[in-house]
Amino acid sequence: MTMPTAQIWFIIVVLGAATYLLRFSFLGLLGDREMPRWVLRLLRYTPVAVFPALVAPLVMWPAATGGTFDPARGLAAFATLAVGYVMRSVLWGILAGAATLYLGLWLI
Amino acid sequence: MPASTKKSVFSQGVVQGLPFILVIVPFGLLFGVVGTEAGLNLAEVMGFTLLVVAGASQFTAVSLMVDNAPVFLILAASLTVNLRMAMYSASLVPYLGTAPLWQRALVAYMQVDQVYAASVARYEARDEPVGKRVAFYFGVAAPIMPLWVLATWVGAVLGASVPPAFALDFAIPITFLALVGPMLRTVAHVAAAVVSAVVALSTTWMPTGTGVLVAAACACATGALVETWMERRT
Repeated sequence: MTMPTAQIWFIIVVLGAATYLLRFSFLGLLGDREMPRWVLRLLRYTPVAVFPALVAPLVMWPAATGGTFDPARGLAAFATLAVGYVMRSVLWGILAGAATLYLGLWLI
Repeated sequence: MPASTKKSVFSQGVVQGLPFILVIVPFGLLFGVVGTEAGLNLAEVMGFTLLVVAGASQFTAVSLMVDNAPVFLILAASLTVNLRMAMYSASLVPYLGTAPLWQRALVAYMQVDQVYAASVARYEARDEPVGKRVAFYFGVAAPIMPLWVLATWVGAVLGASVPPAFALDFAIPITFLALVGPMLRTVAHVAAAVVSAVVALSTTWMPTGTGVLVAAACACATGALVETWMERRT
């Protein structure tokens, strides 16, 4: 990364402060106030809305292989998602993905 | 059952928190390693872990920093990942709203997915005074928080010596996908995830970092809409 140190710390501090404010928001500042139903409904999907968008390009066009699709990485991505989904476990997903990736890189 | 004291409730919390060590330690290690590989120094990696205390958004920030995305887009995408915490905060108010301010301030600092989930499960199951609820919450967090920091530190120290054969470039995608898998609980979640990926892949022509936000907005709207439809059908 080519980012100046000051900028890195700016990101860390602002992200840290804003994240803390989100956590403290209702508990510390807003109290027992109802959020509108539609807001709750949108918030429920934020994690599942962000991660696939970050991952999809990294899976389709990995920088490590010069931006061309890599079967080993593609298979590992699939295994991670599938095992994470079936086992309902982040840890098993990561382990399955890593195992598939190393096996794939070694075989292919 | 004998009347439980605050101390024993704290211990029960610790026991509830122990299994989460299996999730937190690898996650912390991975962030340390990936952050270091991405070019952060030890202080910066630890800064993330101590000040942000939210692994998924930290990975988001690092992956966009590697892409040299503009700062405000890095912050916007990382904070979007954390918006759910406002929802957690709201749902803790009925249980912990009357605790002293310094306790609520600490509760907020340690509000990570696992601590939140374990605590709310307990609060829903038992009607206890607020002091015991806080004690339980701190109990769940007690093993998790120090190990999260320690694991990150170990990862950051080891990170520099990991050879390229380990293909660590793919640690971030695998981590994100592993987080998504268990989240796909309903049709609405699956629809949101698919829209997110498809929109992101078709907006790569847009300036770095903006595609993610557009995709996330479309995906949230999709999830909410599908949820509404499913409710009407039943």
